[in-house]
Amino acid sequence: MSRSLSITAPETQAEHRLRALLETGLPLTPRPWRTLAEQCGMSEGEVMACVQRWQDVGLIKRMGLVVRHHALGVCANAMVVWNVPDDVVGELGRRLAAEPAVTLCYRRPRRLPDWPYNLFCMIHGTRRDRVLAALDEIVERQALQAIPHRVLFSLKAYKQRGGRYTREDDSHDRRTPQPA
Amino acid sequence: MIAERLSRPEPAALDAADRRIINRLQDGLPLVESPFAAVAAEIDLSEGELLYRLERLRDSGVLSRFGPMYHAERLGGGLTLAALEVPETDFERVTAAVNAFPEVAHNYRREHRLNMWFVLATETPEGIAEAIAAIEAATGLPVFNMPKQEEFHVRLHLPV
Repeated sequence: MSRSLSITAPETQAEHRLRALLETGLPLTPRPWRTLAEQCGMSEGEVMACVQRWQDVGLIKRMGLVVRHHALGVCANAMVVWNVPDDVVGELGRRLAAEPAVTLCYRRPRRLPDWPYNLFCMIHGTRRDRVLAALDEIVERQALQAIPHRVLFSLKAYKQRGGRYTREDDSHDRRTPQPA
Repeated sequence: MIAERLSRPEPAALDAADRRIINRLQDGLPLVESPFAAVAAEIDLSEGELLYRLERLRDSGVLSRFGPMYHAERLGGGLTLAALEVPETDFERVTAAVNAFPEVAHNYRREHRLNMWFVLATETPEGIAEAIAAIEAATGLPVFNMPKQEEFHVRLHLPV
């Protein structure tokens, strides 16, 4: 369950508050860590040390930005799904992930009989024909002609936001890891 | 949030500096006291201009997020991809019902018999099953739950 939480020190109220604040985004100020520090009752150095620790243990992958593809005209968002024999899905997943056009690649369970596909990857582009051309190249280069696949273009984005994992009004106890 | 429609907005007009900012920051922000000054120097902007442009990109919706990228599972949370087969005549009602759940982070209509695909993010792993049960109750449709079993790492970078 909360495996990695258990290898960190128990989170203080201030740290919990920092995480909730961070989830809403990094302040766009010259000293963002100091801005956060003022809001959660820590020093700037404590905030930076805390964020460093979260990065070290992998709670935070990195500080960065997420682009809303549709707002940039990257409208052709294709989920390409493959029905790959289980004994080669790992190897093919790694090969697809190494393709420059592929932006995400996951193995997921089949849901038979409705859904036979077990490898999912995303290809983004400004136009549908370019995305399909990129896919054709991948099929060719990786010799995937025999692997059944489907392309599910997105027609409409109804909701797009980052996940929220911390509630600001949460009591600290709710997130305390349970003893194994 | 529920009424949010992102279907066909006008593509934002980005100039060369905006593109440099987006491309640079997709690689992350350094953990130093004045991170924006450090990045601005790298891409030949002033700190003030970088902050101004970031604010504009955020407010205009080009950036859906600027901040930490979390590992949901390592935070003790749950994350999954789920799909529904929604009858065309019922699409609007089901969209509203699904988007009303705060656990629904993304929701796309896609070209397939399974025509609605959404990401669920919950505070605990158990929350996924609860959210799915609640969505099934609210929509009257079975949810196809497809949690990731293995992630194949790509260099997360979308050049703009």
